[in-house]
Amino acid sequence: MNVFLAQLLNGLDKGGAYALIALGLTLVFGTLGVVNFAHGALFMLGCFCAVTFRYLITLETVTVDPEKLSPWGAPVEIRTPLVQNWFGDFGAILVDYSVPISILLAVPVMLLIGIAMERGIIKHFYKRSHAEQILVTFGLAIVLQEIVKSFFGANPIPQPIPTDLRGAADIGVWFGMAPHVLTYPWWRLIYLLFSGLVIGGVFAFLQFTTFGMVVRAGMADRETVGLMGIDIDRRFTVVFGLAAVVAGVAGVMYTPLLAPNYHLGMDFLVLSFVVVVVGGMGSLSGAVAAGFLLGILQSFASMTEVKSLIPGIDQVIIYLVAVIILLVRPRGLMGRRGIMES
Amino acid sequence: MFSLSRKDLVALAVFSVVVLTMPIWLAPLGASYPGLMQKFAIYAIFAIGFNILFGLTGYLSFGHAAFLGVGSYTTVWAFKLLSMDVLPAMVFAVIVSGVFALVIGYFSLRRTGIYFSILTLAFAQMSYSLAYSVLTPITNGETGLLLARNDPRYLDAIFGAQADVAGLPQPTLIGNSVSGYTGFYLCAVILILAFYLSQKIFASPFGMALRGIKSNQTRMNYTGFNTRPYTLAAFVISGMFAGLAGALLSITDPLAGAERMKWTESGNVVLMTILGGVGTLFGPVIGAWLIKYFENIFSAINTNMLNNAFSFLPDGVQGFVVTVLSKFVGEGWQLTLGLMFVLIVVFLPGGLVEGFHRFMARLRRRKEAPERVSSTQPAE
Amino acid sequence: MATFRTNRRTLLKGAGAGIVALGAPHIFTKGAWAQNFCNDPTNGKIVFGFNVPQTGSYAEEGLEQLKAYELAVKHINGEGDGGMLNTLKPIALKGNGVLGRKVEYVTGDTQTNTDAARDGARRMIERDKAIMVTGSVTSGEAIAQQSLCQEMGVIYMSGLTHSNDTTGKDKRRYGFRHFFNAYQSGVAIAPFLAKEYGTDRRAYHLTADYTWGWTQEESIKNATEALGWETVATVRTPLGLGDYSQYLTPVLNSGADVLILNHYGHDMVNSLPQAVQFGLRDRQANGKNFEIVVPMFSELMAVGAGEAVKGIIGTSNWQWSLDDEGTKAFTKAYGEAYGAPPSQSAHTGYVQAILYADAVERAGTFYPPEVIKALEGFEFDGMGNGPTVYRDSDHQCFKEVLVVRGNENPSSRFDVLNVIGKTTREDVTYDASIFGGELGPYEPNEC
Repeated sequence: MNVFLAQLLNGLDKGGAYALIALGLTLVFGTLGVVNFAHGALFMLGCFCAVTFRYLITLETVTVDPEKLSPWGAPVEIRTPLVQNWFGDFGAILVDYSVPISILLAVPVMLLIGIAMERGIIKHFYKRSHAEQILVTFGLAIVLQEIVKSFFGANPIPQPIPTDLRGAADIGVWFGMAPHVLTYPWWRLIYLLFSGLVIGGVFAFLQFTTFGMVVRAGMADRETVGLMGIDIDRRFTVVFGLAAVVAGVAGVMYTPLLAPNYHLGMDFLVLSFVVVVVGGMGSLSGAVAAGFLLGILQSFASMTEVKSLIPGIDQVIIYLVAVIILLVRPRGLMGRRGIMES
Repeated sequence: MFSLSRKDLVALAVFSVVVLTMPIWLAPLGASYPGLMQKFAIYAIFAIGFNILFGLTGYLSFGHAAFLGVGSYTTVWAFKLLSMDVLPAMVFAVIVSGVFALVIGYFSLRRTGIYFSILTLAFAQMSYSLAYSVLTPITNGETGLLLARNDPRYLDAIFGAQADVAGLPQPTLIGNSVSGYTGFYLCAVILILAFYLSQKIFASPFGMALRGIKSNQTRMNYTGFNTRPYTLAAFVISGMFAGLAGALLSITDPLAGAERMKWTESGNVVLMTILGGVGTLFGPVIGAWLIKYFENIFSAINTNMLNNAFSFLPDGVQGFVVTVLSKFVGEGWQLTLGLMFVLIVVFLPGGLVEGFHRFMARLRRRKEAPERVSSTQPAE
Repeated sequence: MATFRTNRRTLLKGAGAGIVALGAPHIFTKGAWAQNFCNDPTNGKIVFGFNVPQTGSYAEEGLEQLKAYELAVKHINGEGDGGMLNTLKPIALKGNGVLGRKVEYVTGDTQTNTDAARDGARRMIERDKAIMVTGSVTSGEAIAQQSLCQEMGVIYMSGLTHSNDTTGKDKRRYGFRHFFNAYQSGVAIAPFLAKEYGTDRRAYHLTADYTWGWTQEESIKNATEALGWETVATVRTPLGLGDYSQYLTPVLNSGADVLILNHYGHDMVNSLPQAVQFGLRDRQANGKNFEIVVPMFSELMAVGAGEAVKGIIGTSNWQWSLDDEGTKAFTKAYGEAYGAPPSQSAHTGYVQAILYADAVERAGTFYPPEVIKALEGFEFDGMGNGPTVYRDSDHQCFKEVLVVRGNENPSSRFDVLNVIGKTTREDVTYDASIFGGELGPYEPNEC
């Protein structure tokens, strides 16, 4: 039973991450109609916002100790962190909590990147063929990742969890089980909560604001909205920026679980497309539902009991589920008719 | 049946000359060695086949690498079990990948648009993951399927053609080795045949029907035209081209690895086709050559070579130039590739071939009467 | 510019001739005397081919290896301080190139992909006329290049490759491995596991689901079971998964008290910190502290795993902080050139390039069979691993294996691993026949 519960938690946690990554993509892909192969790269850039922030606040003054020599004959460097020098304990807390705090950096940076991408390139591709959208966004994704590689190298750069949030919570005790029966890392619980909040926030934004209403109307019938004298293009720019921000913050909070490297975007690209399409084109709730469904099924498929029945099932479960769902339901879980069907 | 229109004949003749003289015109580009020229020919076949599906029907398959991989594995297995001759291996590879494409196509073609793309992607990724892990007894997993000296090779054994060599047996074409330049010419001839075949398909009523499906499938259906057999046929043909390309990969270099089935490889052929020009005859070939050229030649340039090439510059300038250029070659070759994708698609809509046509049209317009509009100008 | 060659038989049989005639004029350069071999540098340049991943997941290890190769070429040509040329014993190299002529090199990007690796190696051999190809970061790359080089008749000195298959099932006459392997990791780590964690342990394996993972799992399982450990479960995980939570939660209450991660590279960089986050190391099981073991890791992986690696025991081929003369010489040379200490990936590449050059010098010719014979059974010292032998029956180097532990209090950002012990060469030597495979012939093919 506890194993089952733990896998359910794993599934929810994964699902939260999948849904969060897919959410931004479905905004751009399912609604603006742009096949954005650079979405994974946006997620990766988000991760590197956390890396950059931590790099900045751990900048050090380097003094050289001429007495000692390193094994290759260079003088040994003594490093003192600047932030701690300036702010004392507060600086130490800042460094400790660098990952969650870097969201403050990631939001404006990703918004800017998103808007710049849309205004600079994507805007000109709304009316071009999907094939050309693929080529330009894929090219963009490669360029972005190569730039990151030339700054940060190719090795993963781990980001620590704040000291107070390390270790695992004894969840079982909360439900009256014996201690140590069901434990789960604090940070994963936080990630689950965080993804829920962001998803809820995006939904509320689109549902309850005038801006959101216009965007939703624009998704449904772009021409009519345009005829009503509303500048839908401007709004779509903001939607693209929003998608970049969602992908970015998803990346920031994911860094302690997955050490960021420049290649990360490509690893998530295929997955995010599968989630969006399984959810159904043009449906935000579909993408979220598909994210959680795939996350949970993937967790259960990885259990030894399941694997012994069907060897290799954990290798293919995501794709297998995608095939089954798409064959049973023509437009995924909640797809709207006529979007990306031709 | 074998006739071609005058225009197509000229195109075929030009194409044949270009392909067969590759060793000459590639030499100044630093790409004139059998290994790469074989890859040029093979990936061009792959892209031509992909274009028959994507270019004509508009169905964007994101899982074509699966057929490439199946073709490769079948070929190596044919070498291991039957004979070192390439003909049975090629025939088997095309048949098996065709059957594979039939199964995947049967299911995937129930959906259109992005749903179709994701279905093909999912099938291919499943093949890749399984080939890398649980199917290792068949595929030899990470290491890739290799030949061994003590493979049974039943056909060869029957005909007493077991080569009595100390090392590994080599693939042969009716007794002739197909390594090096011979291998290239084999691939080149098959490429020309593939190009001819794709010309025939483009010009045939079948090709017209496929184009009709691309422009409006619903209308085709309403006129009482059953589109499924046509799209499925296109899918299977294009899968067989991919299988043939996979077979040639294994023939020129007898190893089949699971990475050939990964989505990045499927993505590669998509990029090749789009880069050159979707639906054009030459486009996919040019796209394939360009990407393979960057992958193999740009990645091999290192700072040492740059330093030598720019040694005529004054020291400071040389250092600067080399530092800047080294970001774009060697480990940075993908940056150049990415930039090229963006620039081409921004400045040459429709890919290289389309861009070339437009350029020529503009030249012609400038020369001739200014009001004449080229027929190749696409309506936007 | 281009010389066109073809196989003699092709022309005799005449079949391909029609096709060939379409192409270009031919220069038939084939004789049958024994010393005629692929890319004979007697009248041309001496070119080494360095084929490493420069893009993709293992770019960092590949680029480090490449830097070491460039350093090796400098030292062979007599530039710089000579590095390990000062410590290798016996040595035939004179610091004036190979057989008195300067060595040049070409580079390539394997993309951590067997096809790209073979493409790169073919370019080096066919276009750049490389006499030797070297470099790899995974076993897939190494085995792919090694079998290609056997076919082309060019010697391949593998870089980082840890699978038993490289010098076992898939060994080749033209392939040589200096790096250690999974079997040796198992044998080397076992006594230290017994010392640190006792002989009454229950182990749970998480294994990357591909050939290397399996060979390592098998080797470690055999070695630990010989100690008296019990294996609770061996679970396979997909390669490159990223998030391992669904495989980690079942470990918690499985009754195991040791988790063995048969993961390499990015798999390990992710799975180890996640295992620590799940509180595995804070737990008690069967009345003992729960422990995690990573049988094989490198300093780059340790850096990538961050704090989670502290206190973790594993094995390494080499470590820059060793205090023998060879290590000191190499670390100094590399550090001066690149501002950081070398990794084991760099070390093995450097050593391989030097050993090849030295073997040519000793053989007095580039003719591969002679060079191979010079390497086979070669006993040497001073390359950072103590007395070492290149065994003739499988082309595997036998030397001490280091057992390392993640440093609890690193003094610098490079100081991530501590060497806690060495397992002797005798202990990690095994019978070559246990892995099967055959080396193949000495006689070179015509490329």
